[in-house]
Amino acid sequence: MRMLINVAENVVADALRGMAAAHPDLVVDVENRVIVRRDAPVAGKVALISGGGSGHEPLHGGFVGPGMLSAACPGEVFTSPVPDQMARAAAAVDSGAGVLFIVKNYTGDVLNFDMAAELAEDEGIQVAKVLVNDDVAVTDSLYTAGRRGTGATLFVEKIAGAAAEEGQPLERVEAIGRQVNENARSFGVALSACTTPAKGSPTFDLPPGELELGIGIHGEPGRERRAMMTSREIADFAVGAILDDMTPRNPVLVLVNGMGGTPLLELYGFNAEVQRVLAERGVAVGHTLVGNYVTSLDMAGASVTLCQVDEELLRLWNAPVKTPGLRWGI
Amino acid sequence: MLDADFFRRWMTATAAAVDREAERLTALDSPIGDADHGSNLQRGFTAVATTLEKEDPQTPGAILMLAGRQLISTVGGASGPLYGTLLRRTGKALGDAGEVSEEQFAQALRTGVDAVMVLGGAAPGDKTMIDALVPAVDALGDGFTAARAAAEEGALATTPLQARKGRASYLGERSIGHQDPGATSSALLIAGLAEANGE
Repeated sequence: MRMLINVAENVVADALRGMAAAHPDLVVDVENRVIVRRDAPVAGKVALISGGGSGHEPLHGGFVGPGMLSAACPGEVFTSPVPDQMARAAAAVDSGAGVLFIVKNYTGDVLNFDMAAELAEDEGIQVAKVLVNDDVAVTDSLYTAGRRGTGATLFVEKIAGAAAEEGQPLERVEAIGRQVNENARSFGVALSACTTPAKGSPTFDLPPGELELGIGIHGEPGRERRAMMTSREIADFAVGAILDDMTPRNPVLVLVNGMGGTPLLELYGFNAEVQRVLAERGVAVGHTLVGNYVTSLDMAGASVTLCQVDEELLRLWNAPVKTPGLRWGI
Repeated sequence: MLDADFFRRWMTATAAAVDREAERLTALDSPIGDADHGSNLQRGFTAVATTLEKEDPQTPGAILMLAGRQLISTVGGASGPLYGTLLRRTGKALGDAGEVSEEQFAQALRTGVDAVMVLGGAAPGDKTMIDALVPAVDALGDGFTAARAAAEEGALATTPLQARKGRASYLGERSIGHQDPGATSSALLIAGLAEANGE
């Protein structure tokens, strides 16, 4: 597998140096691996901090800026960041109004953010947490680590970020974040495995003519393997799996998300099929986003996230945002 | 009695073993995880070896607490907090004694393993590091060589299990038939004890 890198050990640091050069609105601490919006701390504003393994770009660093995250903490590829990073980020962005940790539900992320919360609280910083667990492919039971956090993370970061930007207090921003997560569901498929720089070869073998249903965003195989399906069949399956789990009464936000290795041409075609299924099932669409937002390195494939929104959440979704990855209204 | 030098040797031996086995750990982590267990632990234990040399803590407890803190700060993932907590709690239980008996150490390690179970929520049979650590602690009364054998056996015995914790649990039944990488690295840690004791 050919990669546009120098050495595998330095991919995260190299990318951070490049981000710093491309986005002067961000302060990028390459050594300590913290990305902060330049005007932080913003007086009186709740600060949002997220983080996770690298390899999901633009998540999370690309979502730092006015209207979304105050700071992001990138870990090694597919490895959660360490507590020291989040504690450092909290100290950098807290204005006294408190910080909200947005944590994807993976064992490592949860443990490291919990330890970070203890460190930040020891420094007198008020910390609240929203756990994102939207992936319907995982049966949430005593016998798994629970549903994974995937595409809904973007909705939580954007909508809670808008509430914070308006000056809403920590309890309220936290409640909005939870509300978004509770109303969001995702399902992903892979047409190829991804290749981590450290390993240099695909994380699993997927023979030609087959696909994985119910994948996560870390190159882990899904729950089921089938003979290759058309875009139409995949949309029926993915949206069907979500609607088996949630019956929207309000309009939904739709994220048709590429995993990193699927062209936008195919993603738009897939979106047409997703919209067809939603229309057939009588689900109203409030707004649709198509693109590579929560990726898994070079994996080919896509995920669908639906997030049911009331008027308030839709208003916050449409509020101005100015980050490298999402930008409108400013 | 086990002195500070024994615990330094334990950490050095573990760092060397993780270095040697990093590729195998990552390979085990590929089919049921995300293919980074070896490289993550390698980064962590290399940092442990460096920091022990630099800060030169003088008691068994201080050595393990510093090693644990360093793992938490450098590994990330679930392994960082879990291995870090294992060493920190074990070290804390040893107090500030300059030397500890094998019985005291066995008791302290049990405290550490219990803390890992609480933090990670895993029980024996969930296909995790616990499946190597619990048998090792149980066998520690018969010496380090017995503990090493018990840990290795425990790691091998994870192969037919279905994962109920951690990333492998997302695979459901497809996690069956693969040896757990966390149990495998735990067996390396326990083997380091025998090596540090010249066994």
